[in-house]
Amino acid sequence: MLLEINPLVLPDIGLVFWNTVAFLVLLIVLGKFAWKPILKAINDRESGIEEALLKADKMKSEITAMQNENEALLAKAREERATLIKEAKEASEKMVAEAKDKAKSEYDRILADAQVAINQQKNAALAEVKNQVGNLVVEVAEKVLRKELSNKADQESYIKQLADGVKLN
Amino acid sequence: MSFLRIKTLLVASFSLLAVLCSTSVFANNLAVDSAVIADTNKANVEAVAVEEPKVEKKKEEGSFNVTETILEHIKDDHSWHLWGHTSIHLPVILKTSKGFEVFSSEKLVDEHHEPVVYKGNFDYKLIDGKTKIVDANGNLDKEASKQLWDISITKNVASLFVSVFILLVVLLSSAAAYKKTGIKTAPKGLQSFMEPIILFVRDEVAVPNIGAKKAGKYMPFLLTIFFLILTNNFLGLIPFFPGGANVSGNIAFTMTLAVCVFIVVNLSANKSYWEHIFWMPGMHWSMKLFLAPIELIGVFTKPISLMIRLFANITAGHILVLSLICLIFIFKTVFASAIAVPFAVFIGMIELLVAFLQAFIFTMLAAMYIGMATEEHHHEEAHGEAAHH
Repeated sequence: MLLEINPLVLPDIGLVFWNTVAFLVLLIVLGKFAWKPILKAINDRESGIEEALLKADKMKSEITAMQNENEALLAKAREERATLIKEAKEASEKMVAEAKDKAKSEYDRILADAQVAINQQKNAALAEVKNQVGNLVVEVAEKVLRKELSNKADQESYIKQLADGVKLN
Repeated sequence: MSFLRIKTLLVASFSLLAVLCSTSVFANNLAVDSAVIADTNKANVEAVAVEEPKVEKKKEEGSFNVTETILEHIKDDHSWHLWGHTSIHLPVILKTSKGFEVFSSEKLVDEHHEPVVYKGNFDYKLIDGKTKIVDANGNLDKEASKQLWDISITKNVASLFVSVFILLVVLLSSAAAYKKTGIKTAPKGLQSFMEPIILFVRDEVAVPNIGAKKAGKYMPFLLTIFFLILTNNFLGLIPFFPGGANVSGNIAFTMTLAVCVFIVVNLSANKSYWEHIFWMPGMHWSMKLFLAPIELIGVFTKPISLMIRLFANITAGHILVLSLICLIFIFKTVFASAIAVPFAVFIGMIELLVAFLQAFIFTMLAAMYIGMATEEHHHEEAHGEAAHH
């Protein structure tokens, strides 16, 4: 033979045949029952880990946001409390002041009323006294006049005296 | 990427080392069958021619023939040696013009392991280790032998079945572990051993070459190729049963896988891939005419390079280890083992690395070819040069 082919590089048809069979069997059986579930499990796990990490990050940011919110709420509450206290203080002060004012005005009013009443009483009393005194004077004067004017001469002199006193002007 | 480059460099250097070493071994020791390397070197042929009479002479004296011993270990066989004089006689399956025929390979040899004629539908005899049809005088009947299809369960086929069995047991049980424990728990035992390898194939081989989007579709194919080669490489390194066969260093094995890669690559190739082969865009029409045949040859040389690379690497490794062990018998002194055994252990270590690297390289290149065939080209002007590399 011109070209002696080394038996080592001459493929045996038997091995080619069985190898094809073996490879196809492996490819189909392993592809269906090994590679598919294994790769799926690995992928699932990887995506699970990724998801979990993302979730953790999200949670973290959520927690931070919540904390911030809490702080803001707290600050607001504090502020509100402060304003409330302030308002309450103001209100109470106002109430006290108002009460004071009211009490004072009442007192003033009562005082004024009392004074008015006192004055009225006083006036009334004075008027009474005056009336009494007037009546007494009139009675006394009547009695005196009756006694003094029992004679005509005296009467006339007195009238004259009175008439002199009245000046027609 | 630089990590990948270093790895490739390692493979290249180890392959070169292995090939160089085995070449010198061939030149010194091997006679007619100097494998693939011999024809590259004329000096080898001369050396062989000179040594041939000596070898014949030695054989007559009943002494040790290194070439035959090494080749016997590398070549396929009908029986699987266990220990001493015990070996498994594997079945011979023949398809002839008279139909199928199955008989034990024991019937093809006598008690001294010399081939004898077995009378079945035809007269069969082993000629150079292959079953052939012979005529009444025991001479090769070429016309009848052409009708003979030998699909025997040879040592390599049996070893291949062993590896298939191992793969099925290991991978199906680890797949079952995922089902049992669910995805929330960390992998345990066998599962935790397989998962990094599967992830390695996915993240270092498939995704960088094919792209994350399409890689999933080719993962089962790449994983099956990777694990089949890896298992057979490792089984081949075991010197005794159930190893001892040279499956991944057999051209038929590598050819079958290379053809599978060829089919997958060309079936998944898209329009732009074919356009780049037959009518390279962005070139002058004369260059297009010039490039088309080159690119077309490239379609076939890719799988052929896959086939030869794996075959040569694994075979060279086996020859190297066997040659080192044979040194003891060549020098006919037990003291030679003081040098031969440490060297054989050293080479064995390298072979462990090569076993993994070759499986990786084969899968890697297969993924790369698939990636090239399925690549979407968006920048028409940029890739004119890239397609060559």
